Amino acid sequence: MGRTLTFNIFRYNPSDPASSPHMDKFTLDETERMTLFIALNRIREEIDPTLMFDFCCRAGICGACAMVINGRPGLACHTKTKEMPAEITLMPLPVFKLVGDLSVDTGTWFRGMYQKVESWVHTDKKFDPKAQEERMDNALAEQIYELDRCIECGCCVGACGTALMREDFLGAVALNRLARFILDPRDQRTEKDYFDIVGTDEGIFGCMGLLACEDVCPKQIPLQEQLGKLRRKMALAAVKNILPKFLKKDF
Amino acid sequence: MKIIQTDLLCVGAGLAGERVAIEAADNGFSVICLSIVPARRSHSSAAQGGMQAALGNSAMGEGDSPDVHFADTVKGSDWGCDQEVARLFVDAAPIAMRQMAFWGVPWNRVVPGEQTYYKGGKPFTAFEKPENEGLIHSRNFGGTAKWRTCYTSDGTGHCVLYTLDNRAAQMGVSVIDKVEAIALIHDGDTCMGVIARCLKTGELTAYLAKATLIATGGFGRIYRESTNAVICDGGGLITALDTGVVPLGNMEAVQFHPTGIVPTDILVTEGCRGDGGTLLDKNEYRFMPDYEPDKAELASRDVVSRRMTEHMRKGLGVPSPYGDHLWLDIRHLGEAHIRTKLREVDEICQSFLGVDPVYQLIPVRPTQHYSMGGVRTNKDGAAYGLKGLFSAGESACWDMHGFNRLGGNSLAETVVAGMIIGGKIVEFLKGSETVIKTASVRDAMDKQNARIADLVACKNGSENPYTVRNAMFDSIMKGAGIFRNGKDLETCVAELQEILGRARRVGLRSNGKGANPELTMALKIEGMVKLALCVAYGALKRTESRGAHTREDFPERNDRDWLTRTLATWADGADLPTLNYEPATHVFEMPPGDRGYGGGKIIPMNG
Ligand SMILES: Cc1cc2nc3c(=O)[nH]c(=O)nc-3n(C[C@H](O)[C@H](O)[C@H](O)COP(=O)(O)OP(=O)(O)OC[C@H]3O[C@@H](n4cnc5c(N)ncnc54)[C@H](O)[C@@H]3O)c2cc1C
Ligand code: SF4
Ligand code: SF4
Ligand code: FES
Repeated sequence: MGRTLTFNIFRYNPSDPASSPHMDKFTLDETERMTLFIALNRIREEIDPTLMFDFCCRAGICGACAMVINGRPGLACHTKTKEMPAEITLMPLPVFKLVGDLSVDTGTWFRGMYQKVESWVHTDKKFDPKAQEERMDNALAEQIYELDRCIECGCCVGACGTALMREDFLGAVALNRLARFILDPRDQRTEKDYFDIVGTDEGIFGCMGLLACEDVCPKQIPLQEQLGKLRRKMALAAVKNILPKFLKKDF
Repeated sequence: MKIIQTDLLCVGAGLAGERVAIEAADNGFSVICLSIVPARRSHSSAAQGGMQAALGNSAMGEGDSPDVHFADTVKGSDWGCDQEVARLFVDAAPIAMRQMAFWGVPWNRVVPGEQTYYKGGKPFTAFEKPENEGLIHSRNFGGTAKWRTCYTSDGTGHCVLYTLDNRAAQMGVSVIDKVEAIALIHDGDTCMGVIARCLKTGELTAYLAKATLIATGGFGRIYRESTNAVICDGGGLITALDTGVVPLGNMEAVQFHPTGIVPTDILVTEGCRGDGGTLLDKNEYRFMPDYEPDKAELASRDVVSRRMTEHMRKGLGVPSPYGDHLWLDIRHLGEAHIRTKLREVDEICQSFLGVDPVYQLIPVRPTQHYSMGGVRTNKDGAAYGLKGLFSAGESACWDMHGFNRLGGNSLAETVVAGMIIGGKIVEFLKGSETVIKTASVRDAMDKQNARIADLVACKNGSENPYTVRNAMFDSIMKGAGIFRNGKDLETCVAELQEILGRARRVGLRSNGKGANPELTMALKIEGMVKLALCVAYGALKRTESRGAHTREDFPERNDRDWLTRTLATWADGADLPTLNYEPATHVFEMPPGDRGYGGGKIIPMNG
């Protein structure tokens, strides 16, 4: 303890014509068990009331507080200052639209994503309130849960070179989402249906496979494994002549 | 003026808001949900434990039924609940869970054969019937006769919310996030929608609707120490209270949890104490056996929270830059147990505190956890006071929780209430036409624009909204925390009245442009202090102890005088709420009796 911390923080308020992008410096005395959640709130309440950033659960569960912390996307709420150098640089996540300072609009991006992958169970069955629930193997339920753990923080998207270059790239998070539904027997979509969604450069074939996404995922979701599986599955689907048009394409 | 119109407007996109939205969309109505954060970040996502429904599939749940669930719920409420509503709830809960399964929730399922479970740190085996293989499983939660809590590993709220949000997207519900409702549009008789502020641009919009639902969750953030998300600050309740005609029910009923970590008040599970963890003071002395010789750390949530507070008041808390706290010690449970059976606790300690619980003590303090009070509705979810206004979830006082909510009953309430109240809203939408009065819309909009202009210009003063909020924190925690007594409550009410005056004089230091967070706080602070006053004043007047409401000077539960629900309204310009009372329940399926835990004397109904 006893350190003085220096925070270099990106500042820009797009709603204020007088504002232009720049970095601001703030200093704070470090306290015991300090996290970036505590530090940023103190800066806002004691030094600059206009500082924009997002926290919600402050417990690593909701994904609201993702930002670029000393060059690396991560969750601010479970970043302890004790484990950082005395100089900390904070930037908003790239790819997402900037709301102001460290706050970005992840809501619109993710809504677009789940509309594209149709992130819901597709079935022609009707729910019968009088019937017993359909059975499921517990191991399978747990496997689905493993992929369902994504908190849509956007770290993987912010770290992804392809997502930075092409706006329409679905990102590892979308491919993981789809993998979740492929696994789920309640979803009656066929291989071809899935192929139509991700068998493109916007989807699985745009991924360069450099793993940045998995490295930064705060939930340690096995993104690479899902990307690999999906790539094989979709390549197979192409070969199986499901989409002859696709076979003409070079990949 | 920007105007958007819809059939149903849900203020809030947590589990309650979205479940209601889906019901209306399913019946062909247009629905908009507003939310401060993307829907999936709503606080519902933080619930890890699970939700109760009497499915009775698991070995330890065998013989469970809605009747047993009903008895547990009424006892849990300390007979403060509306028994008609509790009945509706327990009967519909199994259907709601199955529907969630149908929509995609990966519930944990029954694995047949001999299984090892844990109780009090000790393993035991139970035999799961082969014929139940693959049905929804359940785990144990406090205060229930049977194991009835449906769960998905340690992410129940997360999975259920994601599934509902998927379903909402599929049904064409439009969810607008980073938007905050700041006032209801009404004419004193009918609600016509809300004025909301965009948290991306600062722009105000009038959302007009035939039916408006408040599903904004709890208001725990009127306390400094709370397990709630930082957005749980009572915004929806404030809009209701500001109408002057919509009452809030049982605001004095606030639940505390013994083990929030310090400084960030993240919850560590009761499992720590269940498995044998102990509480220590600043001298690393184990104090709980002195107060509760039999149960020690294993007494119920409210009892342990009270004893911890009592001990800290004696000056035996551990001082820290964030205020006093105590220690939770689980070191003696050993590395193997902590890293596997208490994995979640291990992770919280490592990630948020940099504390390794195998070798170090965990700083904890009792922390606000759940708000039983909220917008008072009837059993159809319709708010008292305004036509076309409804409420569901933690923001509502539908009142199946009375004075104490059971673990697992809140998450279940959100979807069950959503289903039932959603159905009633559909009936309402089919049966009536709302006339939107343009004058009411213009008035509401003008008033909010004027408020913002005044705050930016510091017209009423230049009190700092954060300083005022901190004063409120100090006052309410001291006076209307876990323990209450007449003297402290009187001081607290007087202090809060003075703080309310200051809240009415806040002004901005900044220009208020765009998503300006200082303006967000400034717009809310007066309402937050009013909510704090509803809690403190309601607690002062309720001269008994019931559920989570503990009066040291009135230790008995007094069914003779207080088998009632408090209704608080706020007249324009007043500096105290007006309190009225109604019977806690009109129907007695189960006459008042002993809860079987928590102790305490009871003054009988006709005593
Ligand atoms: C740490 C923790 C663990 C818990 N675990 C369990 C458990 O295991 N089992 C259980 O039964 N219960 C549990 N609970 C309680 C339970 O999670 C909540 O009571 C429940 O999720 C509330 O759901 P809701 O839909 O009413 O509100 P929320 O999920 O809180 O949603 C509120 C919504 O309203 C929006 N909103 C708020 N104000 C405004 C405004 N002014 N304008 C526009 N939108 C607004 C928010 O953005 C959000 O979308 C837990 C609570 C906590 C704090
Ligand atoms: S592996 Fe693919 S998805 Fe992941 S960061 Fe690289 S390009 Fe992006
Ligand atoms: S996959 Fe991981 S990094 Fe990407 S959004 Fe989900 S939780 Fe965040
Ligand atoms: S605030 Fe929820 S993950 Fe950080």
